[in-house]
Amino acid sequence: MTAHADHRPRHRWWLLAALALLVGAAVLGAMVGPAGSISSTNWHIIWKIRLPRVVLAAIVGSMLSLAGASYQGVFRNPLVDPYLLGSAAGAGLGATLVFAYARSATLHWPVDPLPLAAFVGALVAVLVTYSVGVSFGGNSLTLVLAGVAVAALCTAVQQMVLLRNADVIDEVYSWISGRLSTATWADVRLVTPYVLVSSVILLLHRRQLDVLRVGDEEAASLGAEVKRVRLVVVIAATLGTAAVVSVSGLIGFVGIMVPHVVRLVFSASYRWVLPMSIVVGATFLILADVPGRVLEHGRETPIGVVTAFLGAPMFIVVLRSKRRLT
Amino acid sequence: MSSLAFQDVVVRYDRHVAVQPFTDSVRPGEWLCLIGPNGAGKSSVLRAVAGLVGHEGTITVDGAPLAVRSPRRRAALVAYVPQSPLIPADMTGFDYVLLGRNPYIGYFGSESRHDRALVQDVLERLDLVRFADRRLGTLSGGEQQRLVIARAVAQEAPVLLLDEPTSALDIGHQQQALELVDRLRREHGLTVVSAMHDLTLAGVYADRLTLLHQGSVVAAGAAAEVLRAETLSEFYGVSVSVHHDPDGTVVVVPRRTAPLA
Ligand SMILES: Nc1ncnc2c1ncn2[C@@H]1O[C@H](COP(=O)(O)OP(=O)(O)O)[C@@H](O)[C@H]1O
Ligand SMILES: [Mg+2]
Repeated sequence: MTAHADHRPRHRWWLLAALALLVGAAVLGAMVGPAGSISSTNWHIIWKIRLPRVVLAAIVGSMLSLAGASYQGVFRNPLVDPYLLGSAAGAGLGATLVFAYARSATLHWPVDPLPLAAFVGALVAVLVTYSVGVSFGGNSLTLVLAGVAVAALCTAVQQMVLLRNADVIDEVYSWISGRLSTATWADVRLVTPYVLVSSVILLLHRRQLDVLRVGDEEAASLGAEVKRVRLVVVIAATLGTAAVVSVSGLIGFVGIMVPHVVRLVFSASYRWVLPMSIVVGATFLILADVPGRVLEHGRETPIGVVTAFLGAPMFIVVLRSKRRLT
Repeated sequence: MSSLAFQDVVVRYDRHVAVQPFTDSVRPGEWLCLIGPNGAGKSSVLRAVAGLVGHEGTITVDGAPLAVRSPRRRAALVAYVPQSPLIPADMTGFDYVLLGRNPYIGYFGSESRHDRALVQDVLERLDLVRFADRRLGTLSGGEQQRLVIARAVAQEAPVLLLDEPTSALDIGHQQQALELVDRLRREHGLTVVSAMHDLTLAGVYADRLTLLHQGSVVAAGAAAEVLRAETLSEFYGVSVSVHHDPDGTVVVVPRRTAPLA
């Protein structure tokens, strides 16, 4: 007799349904744009401009959502996002330094130093946060506090640089708001290895994240190696986040909202939250990238603005409907 | 059935010594209860066995030191029910009890069919099946506490540590929880070490009591030997009267210190 209903088959169907939705979103994303729909345009535009953009949106959306869910797991706090330990501020500082001091000098470089600087900035910031946090105990509170301090420091330096270089404020600002409009296949190739490695490592830890839900101490009494799990998950999530931030700028809200929605409507177990966040995050960012292209001609609305604009009301609706149900 | 032995175990937090050299040997299948006022070091002893706080001296299970075990191996030997468990409100009862199987699942692995069947079996035996699909946040304190014990049972460890397992429960649920532990002890030969505040209940269920005071053992033995009015007044600073029921039960009753009007 099994009185307990095994939810796994039902969850698998949900995951498949979400995947189907993702495919639909990708097709829509490839068909819509200022140049018109598929019938009136040629394959060149789709292949060179729209597809890389759709693919990059999927990669960025899934990576930020997966990293956000993982951070929420290791910090046992549903309100944190993948930028928690200073990766956003570090990346922002790295990008600002390039805009302010290295733009003309590196104009003829074969590779663009901008993504590299953002990537390194994010990693260094998180590394500093982690070392400081660990030297003060290494529990989740000290890490979060160290992250706040490092982010404040990076932002302060960034503002000092901007005050002295007011001419790049526009560029920096537009980078910070996030963008997918300049996506190319080269961007996709650049981030894919990092995102793949990061995602595989995070997905392999999904059961460990469930064990951590009972707290460091109880998890340890159940045989979990809490510090190791936290370190590996933070490194993997940061690597993936830094990679996508380096090509798309700082796209906010996705990393905190998508895991939440998944948790509310689907399951709170990380064994399902992680894979589902990948699919829902990809779908969400592909869709969020569509209105920005057609609303205004000439100047696009930054994707970071659209995600907040669409995401916030959607989030409130989900919260409300869930409250009524329970 | 496994024995648990302490040899000169010292627990300190920075400079503060919470447990003075503690030496004891718990026989296989025995229930030892640690009693003593708040801050006496009861939790520290239990946490040292569970590997949650460092200690000097040696703690052995069946003669083999615990300190050299890997965390997972140790968790397969010792199950720990903390004083105030952290209850994830949106986890289901089934998933919660399944956490007890962690020591048997590989780092990257998933639970096996056997693990799920065993959890189902534990829920059935402990009469908790109706909570399998419920989220923990929707359960009462007593129901949560029974699931915490169920998680420890699913851990299948021969040594069970309970830190004040009944302090959050009403008298009926206290009895229910302790009866459950007693039954598990008989059925599976578990060796139990608990910390408890209710001295009468401690005397009823445990084979042996150890009274700690400021980290040192000040009295040890059967309930009738440890639960004496003078001893309790000295170390708890309470005024009690101790009654001996014909069936051997030692009843500790607090007395008013102010004279009755
Ligand atoms: N994490 C800790 N850091 C510092 N001191 C502690 C810590 N935990 C317990 N103590 C101290 O150790 C002593 C024993 O505590 P504990 O073992 O919790 O006692 P009990 O469980 O008997 O109430 C107390 O003096 C307490 O203040
Ligand atoms: Mg205690």
